[in-house]
Amino acid sequence: MQLNELKAVDYLNMVKSREISVEEVVRDIFQQIDRIEHTLKAYLFINLEEALSEAKKMDRRIKDNDIPPLAGLPVAIKDNICIKGMETTCASRILKGFIPPYDATVTSRIKDAGAIIIGKTNLDEFSMGSTTKNSAFQVTLNPWDINRVPGGSSGGSAVTVASHETLIALGTDTGGSVRVPASFCGIVGIKPTYGRISRYGVISSSSSLDQVGILSKGVKDTAMLMNIISGYDPLDSTSSHISVPDFLLSCTGEGIKDLKFAVPKEFFKQELNIEVKERVADSLNKILKLGGEIEEISLPNLEYALSAYSIIAMAEASSNLAKFDGIQYGLRMEGSGDLEDMYLKTRSEGFGSEVKRRLILGTYFLSSGHYEDYYLKAKKIRNLIRKDFENIFQKYDLIIGPTTPIPPFEIEERIDNQLTMLLADTYTIPVNLAGLPALSINCGFTSKERLPVGLQIIGGPFQEEKMLRVAYNLEQELKEINTVEPNLLF
Amino acid sequence: MESNTVIGLEIHIQLLTDSKIFCNCSTDYIDREPNSHTCPVCLGLPGALPVLNKKVVELALKTALALNCHINRTNIFHRKHYFYPDLPKGYQISQHDQPLAVNGFLEIEMEEPLENKKIRINRIHMEEDAGKLIHLEKDGAAVCSLVDYNRSGIPLLEIVTEPDIQSPQEAIVFLQKLRNIVQYLGVCDGNLESGSMRCDANISIREENSGRLGTKTEIKNMNSFKAIKEALDYEVMRQRKLIEQGDKVSQETRRWDEESGETVFMRSKERAQDYRYFPEPDLLPLTIEQSWIDGIKKNIPELPAERKERFMVDYHLSGYDANRLVEVKPLGDYFEKAAKSYNNYKKLANWILGELLHYLGEENIGMEKSPVSPSALVGLLKLIDQDVISVKIAKNIFEQMFKTGQSAAVLVQNSGFTQISNEKEIDGIIRIVLRDNPETVQDFASGKEKAIHFLVGQVMRHTKGRAQPDMVLNLIKERITEI
Amino acid sequence: MVIDEKMATVKEIGEVARSAKLELSEEQLKLLSEQLNNTFSFFAKTDKWDAEKIQFDYHKNLTSLEHYHEDIVKPSLPQDTVLGMTRCKKNGSFEVPGIL
Repeated sequence: MQLNELKAVDYLNMVKSREISVEEVVRDIFQQIDRIEHTLKAYLFINLEEALSEAKKMDRRIKDNDIPPLAGLPVAIKDNICIKGMETTCASRILKGFIPPYDATVTSRIKDAGAIIIGKTNLDEFSMGSTTKNSAFQVTLNPWDINRVPGGSSGGSAVTVASHETLIALGTDTGGSVRVPASFCGIVGIKPTYGRISRYGVISSSSSLDQVGILSKGVKDTAMLMNIISGYDPLDSTSSHISVPDFLLSCTGEGIKDLKFAVPKEFFKQELNIEVKERVADSLNKILKLGGEIEEISLPNLEYALSAYSIIAMAEASSNLAKFDGIQYGLRMEGSGDLEDMYLKTRSEGFGSEVKRRLILGTYFLSSGHYEDYYLKAKKIRNLIRKDFENIFQKYDLIIGPTTPIPPFEIEERIDNQLTMLLADTYTIPVNLAGLPALSINCGFTSKERLPVGLQIIGGPFQEEKMLRVAYNLEQELKEINTVEPNLLF
Repeated sequence: MESNTVIGLEIHIQLLTDSKIFCNCSTDYIDREPNSHTCPVCLGLPGALPVLNKKVVELALKTALALNCHINRTNIFHRKHYFYPDLPKGYQISQHDQPLAVNGFLEIEMEEPLENKKIRINRIHMEEDAGKLIHLEKDGAAVCSLVDYNRSGIPLLEIVTEPDIQSPQEAIVFLQKLRNIVQYLGVCDGNLESGSMRCDANISIREENSGRLGTKTEIKNMNSFKAIKEALDYEVMRQRKLIEQGDKVSQETRRWDEESGETVFMRSKERAQDYRYFPEPDLLPLTIEQSWIDGIKKNIPELPAERKERFMVDYHLSGYDANRLVEVKPLGDYFEKAAKSYNNYKKLANWILGELLHYLGEENIGMEKSPVSPSALVGLLKLIDQDVISVKIAKNIFEQMFKTGQSAAVLVQNSGFTQISNEKEIDGIIRIVLRDNPETVQDFASGKEKAIHFLVGQVMRHTKGRAQPDMVLNLIKERITEI
Repeated sequence: MVIDEKMATVKEIGEVARSAKLELSEEQLKLLSEQLNNTFSFFAKTDKWDAEKIQFDYHKNLTSLEHYHEDIVKPSLPQDTVLGMTRCKKNGSFEVPGIL
């Protein structure tokens, strides 16, 4: 076994007991990157030299018995999270060359804990998409089948984890951007409760929906990194003061006999792929076997979720992306030399067509005369959806179902209708609207193409511990399928 | 027909906090290196998020309470969108339909006709200031513009009045009173010239027959009380002329041009700009508890009206003097500082309201920057009281103190302005005066008492005022009797 | 589909694009207005609700605590760092096309 194939928690144990050195692991990671990255194209920037020198430094620290919690853990970071001194582009031409003079709070927390940053990962431009095709720079491929998308928008992060180009990665999730690629790449992806993790230094797509998440090879890895990056940040007014538990304590053989699960019938409608349905059914049986109680329920307002989401996400994005005007940083097109022309040329050249489409629609939704018809209404629908969830969580501990209605689809597949474009996000979007935590875990593969299928576990506000407990128990139950690895001999 | 004038004001005041409204950068931005007081938040860099300065809310509440407003218990911040280089995020964080405070008023006293008048306050809201643009031009053509974001994120309070103001003079009285209050509250230094207090005005002329409101124009770029008065006078006149000629006033924004003394067209407002307001998702709704309001109410400092009463009681000043002293907060502060070490309050007030204000006005210097400090003035007054110099010389000395910043004692010493208290020296001069004016001496001797004043005056002229008049008078009497 | 006054026209979308400082081809604008009108028709279904009665309270999980910064000054970024992000600068300031 190559050291880059280690899970993060195993790495930490071995490094701390001095069985392995940080440098060996980092070298194995770069070897893997060398071997497969030209095919998968998951990284936008590889931090080779700095990572190696950090690894050597960390080995010296460990030798001196100065062992920080993350002890040189290799981490990949989605390229919409700022790292001081490292180009951050959001996979957009408009930010090409932007080098932030500050760290995001999540970045400084993992740096302070001793992590090593391996590189910045690809995404759909400004997280707008669920394929990672929509990057201005490159298309990232799914390691399970390189003709298929890895999901998005945190596709780059998911691929680096699934193909062992890092040990763990950070992503962001606006409507499923962590969970969908986790599902498509057969790994664990968590989107915590809105407010659990600081958004400071994370380039906003849609402020009220965005949340930082983790992509990992196992539930314990997720819990371990959650411990480091969660908690109140005075720099983010929307971060929560609620105390952070030790999430690793949820990853024990405690069992799930005391838990009641709700399965929304809206997650099992005609759009659901039959094989995905079967794999999810297998998992539900496992839960029953473990002593969990399952009932079917309904979330009646879910049918409006996609529309409400589109409107809110686009409206907020149109506002958040107004700052990209070429004046202080990033791309600048002078045009004919007058100010108006500079704005038009810079923004028209800098943004890709999908981003422009969303910015124009978002601007329209906020315009006077349309605000009430669209934005205000969407926010009210959002509240109805949240209330649907609240009602369920009064009686049940968790909601469970498929992460996506379909397995990873082919890169060339064309999707035209703007709502079906969100098809992959159908089951993940409502969770962001309600600000809830959710986690995707691999629950098997389609029979013919052997494509990964994800199971989504949704919790009430700040109920990540329950989610992690169930995921950990299921992971133990599904051990044999979890040892399956993508064939990386392209 | 002054009463047909309808004016509403929009006043922006910069709040006196140490740090900016949404970040911890210093607010001390005037005359600093450009872009040296900025951070990711006030530069609007990607990923940065705003966190509200608690002091801003406190100062805003203080102002709203002093202006008799209703405080909204739930405040929402909104994003106001427009593209301009001084606005680094493409939107300004401001307040829209749930502002801090509404429905207030400020009572002003008008002299002609003598009346007290309530000007209603429509709303008060908090927002962030924008950066500063400098436009470089050559031969009247724009070369480039330079952006400095030091001012970006300075906390502002926008105070909007109802259109209750009926003349430019009323507008001035209102603004002076408002400035006075915010200075007293310590929420703003009220400096129009430096832009810490800014005022835009909406003006229209009410139709005489129907009583309907006319089309209004908005006037910007008025950087002093003088400019405001002149601009409003001009605009009222311009609109009246248009109406008299049967023309229409068009809805537009105009700029006061100090040099030409005219308001000039900036942009049309026929189509309202769409700012696409929506609630700022990066900030939570701001809840203001009653206990917070109560706490601030308790700590509202003495306002001008109360201070005037106190000045009349504690310092035995006339209503007129007290009023003038409290009219501008630094003036009252100056008086009180000086009064700590000088107890001829009436004399002190006269000097402050007379000489000091005269020179400050002449040199256009703010009270705070007076070259003559309260203790320096007291030093001068004490020299008068000790008969070291005459009042006449003291005025002369004061002028030099003002110009050089030197103390009275030093100036008096150096210029030999001390009174001639040496009888011998004066006696010599008296003898000359008596010899040169025999008729006057004769007049006095024959009982014309008043004639002596002419002789005293002559002696004073010879000594350039350095003699003590009482002493001269007595000495002349002595000499004449001797004769 | 009923042509409603609320339907977005290509011209209107063009104006919106302009106010977002974006240039789009006529064809793209046409596509966008169609997409908008689809969304609108879908949303029209919700008109039957008494939307006025539905409150929205965003970030509901978060409202209970204060989020302020204290009024203390912390260091700003150095001027050369701030200006280091662009090549369009002059006299310590960002340079933009001239505005009169």
